[in-house]
Amino acid sequence: MTSSTAITALPSRASNSAMSPSGMWLTRPFTERSTRLFLGVLTLALALVTVLHLALPEGHALHVSSYTVTLLGKYLCYALLAVAVDLVWGYLGILSLGHGAFFALGGYAMGMYLMRQIGDRGVYGDPVLPDFMVFLNWDSLPWFWHGFDMAGFAFLMVLLAPGLLALVFGFLAFRSRVTGVYLSIITQALTFALMLAFFRNEMGFGGNNGLTDFRELLGFDLRSDATRLGLFLASGVALALGYVVCRGIVASKLGRVCVASRDAEARVRFLGYRVERVQLFVFVVSAMLAGVAGSLYVPQVGIINPSEFSPLFSIEVVVWVALGGRGTLYGAVIGAVLVNYAKTVFTGVMPDAWLFALGGLFVVVTVLLPKGIAGLMTRRSKPDNPTSLKEATP
Amino acid sequence: MRITRYLTLWLLLVALVGTAQAQQDDPARSLLEALASASYAAKGEAIDAIVESGDARSRAWLEALNDGKLQKNKKTGQFVVVLANRGRNWPVEDALSGEPLGEMSRRELDRIGINNALRGQLRSTLAVLDLYVDNPDARLQAANDLLGQVDEAMMAPLNAVRDQESNEAVRDRLTEALAIYRLEQGDPQAIETLRGSLHPEARAALNGVVAGADAKLAAEAKAALSGIEQTLKINRGVETLYFGLSLGSVLVLAAIGLAITFGVMGVINMAHGELIMLGAYTSWGMQQLLPGQPGLAVILSIPAGFLVAGLAGVAIERCVIQFLKGRPLETLLATFGVSLILQQLVRTLISPLNRTVVTPEWMSGSLVINDALSLTLNRLYVLGFALLVFAALMLVMRRTRLGLEVRAVTQNRAMARSMGIRATRVDMLTFGLGAGVAGLAGVALAQLTNVGPNLGQSYIIDSFMVVVFGGVGNLWGTLVAGMSLGVINQVLEPWAGAVLAKIIVLVFIILFIQKRPRGLFPQKGRAAEG
Repeated sequence: MTSSTAITALPSRASNSAMSPSGMWLTRPFTERSTRLFLGVLTLALALVTVLHLALPEGHALHVSSYTVTLLGKYLCYALLAVAVDLVWGYLGILSLGHGAFFALGGYAMGMYLMRQIGDRGVYGDPVLPDFMVFLNWDSLPWFWHGFDMAGFAFLMVLLAPGLLALVFGFLAFRSRVTGVYLSIITQALTFALMLAFFRNEMGFGGNNGLTDFRELLGFDLRSDATRLGLFLASGVALALGYVVCRGIVASKLGRVCVASRDAEARVRFLGYRVERVQLFVFVVSAMLAGVAGSLYVPQVGIINPSEFSPLFSIEVVVWVALGGRGTLYGAVIGAVLVNYAKTVFTGVMPDAWLFALGGLFVVVTVLLPKGIAGLMTRRSKPDNPTSLKEATP
Repeated sequence: MRITRYLTLWLLLVALVGTAQAQQDDPARSLLEALASASYAAKGEAIDAIVESGDARSRAWLEALNDGKLQKNKKTGQFVVVLANRGRNWPVEDALSGEPLGEMSRRELDRIGINNALRGQLRSTLAVLDLYVDNPDARLQAANDLLGQVDEAMMAPLNAVRDQESNEAVRDRLTEALAIYRLEQGDPQAIETLRGSLHPEARAALNGVVAGADAKLAAEAKAALSGIEQTLKINRGVETLYFGLSLGSVLVLAAIGLAITFGVMGVINMAHGELIMLGAYTSWGMQQLLPGQPGLAVILSIPAGFLVAGLAGVAIERCVIQFLKGRPLETLLATFGVSLILQQLVRTLISPLNRTVVTPEWMSGSLVINDALSLTLNRLYVLGFALLVFAALMLVMRRTRLGLEVRAVTQNRAMARSMGIRATRVDMLTFGLGAGVAGLAGVALAQLTNVGPNLGQSYIIDSFMVVVFGGVGNLWGTLVAGMSLGVINQVLEPWAGAVLAKIIVLVFIILFIQKRPRGLFPQKGRAAEG
């Protein structure tokens, strides 16, 4: 619904020439070297982890434990979230400090489905009501919990809930041309307000404790190693698909309008493009990707609570992207995996140092590495800037 | 040498106090002597004499007398108060000086006896005893405690006390206390007296009558009650407004430094909250340096907080922000990193736990307007402080050379530079000024809440909202926006709850920005073009 209105909103000139020599927008990314390289590396990594996990016996030096598989799966979800942020920040110039909200909404949609799957195996044994509702003495399910016992509906909501929020918020914001730091600040306020709201028990989302104690997903036991591996692979596939979709958008005519409006919004407007609709479309797509990332994240960590809405998390995502290199998409993946790996190591070895390291990272990356790690890599190989207007033409 | 001098001085002092004590005790001793006389009638008069003396120890004497614990040493004639009359030997203290005298055998002591008539007199006397002290505040307190506590035995002495009372407030209070009793006895005239009273006891008495059997009286009481309710509503409104303005003043203090760095320089300083925190910790540190002098510490921490936070701000500007000129989003991220580092620094160096800053005596307590309305003094001071800081900032921006240069650089950097203004220096000073004001906000906040590493975080989003709502680059806008957000929040709170009120305000601002992207008071003219 959202996509059709936004795409047709582009002037016909744009959609005509989108049928350029290299064919469909979704297949075009596969002709790019960077995409093929990225997908190759990702596939290799997924295959390697699977083999090392399944083929080698436990106790072997190279065996990948089930814990590590889940950890890696978490990184992949973060990477998808980072790709979503990079799409709006790197190509649209919108610094969203509230993407954690979309991530969390997707997570909550999945969490509600998983909650309903518990059935009467909860502590209180109520066949319909989740434990926390029984605890709060509620006697019936709130209206927005209906339908979440069906996987199809729940998965649809994973896309729709963040998408709808992004649509309404983006429509209001872009229509009145709220951009730059203003937009950043109100996205932060948005996620902050949602965090406060979800902390309330009366909202019906489990309040402070959130949703947890999940049992099974589509009939698969969430605690079994096989399901964990499956979720890890699903996250990898989702990341690959998300990457291709973003790459496709970026490489299309729409993507070029995005980059143009990032660099000179007023000029693009004067050329006759409806910049706000382009922005809205890309923003909604990005929010949905974030929602998918959240929905895959929740069954792997086994809990979703309002802290995912915290402004700190959202802004952390931005620094992953900044470290990896904004406006490259693969840079976002590199940044997300690197920072989170560092976080796992640091918080394990010396928890106090982590915030120093993270804070320092913010400063160092913005002051010394404006193009991130990806910038370092491309500078060495060839003077190619994939984000600039001229170079983006295939 | 010195020691002997001290010793002489000390001895002199002791001697002085001793004689003063002895002289003062002379009339008091005769009061007690009168109590020890044989006739009960004389004892009754002696009790009245003690009450009228207004002596601070009267209550202790009369209570001891009532309990049979006021006794006289047979040999020395010394009056003592028995602390515990169990066993053979009783611990006692001197009735006049209050000094403990160790234990005395019960045989050494002679009890001052009383009869039932005297007991009744003592009971009603004790109830009104505090109304005889010299301090009018203490008398008012005693009269307050009497509300709803009056009984038949106290009517006569209370009436007498009221007629003698010179302080109007105390007299009114006593009239009220008597009226509550009379109302309970079914006196319709009492309603008239209680009509203007806001005390909960008066309302309770009226409510009792409304529920009672006498229909005519009930109707009158109901009318009086509705009048009281009306007054209470107004008082509650004033209270909400006060709390709103108080919250608003905190928001203004927190946001006004941001308004300078964000509005005037276009720099997003996410570490602003941590600069507030630094100010608060300066206030705490100053109290650690000056133990036992919270008042002086608070006053000294105002310039200290400004300096500490201001220097930290200058350091941030020199080390980070100046390299990110014209890249506001990157500035936002970098300063966020700085904020994380500062937070962790405080956690590591001081403690992750909250610290409490002692409120000096002249700032604690509250200003009592009437029974239903009292304004806490510390909030009043913070409110005044916020307005003062605002006025000072206005003065700096409007009347000083620095203000002129800041405005020039804001409007047209290149032009200002070509007129000989050193723009980088102005940037540094502006940022330092904004940071210093954040420090002042911290000093003020330390008086209202606990000081902890997360103090700044809880204010940063609110501060941004205030600045954005008020209109960037406009100090008046910040003032109006901060105050109105504070009041709106407090008005919403009773029926929506604290959290929901906050959410509503946030959503309101998000929607408001859609309608007026440049805030309440947008910049006009050339400054708006940037």
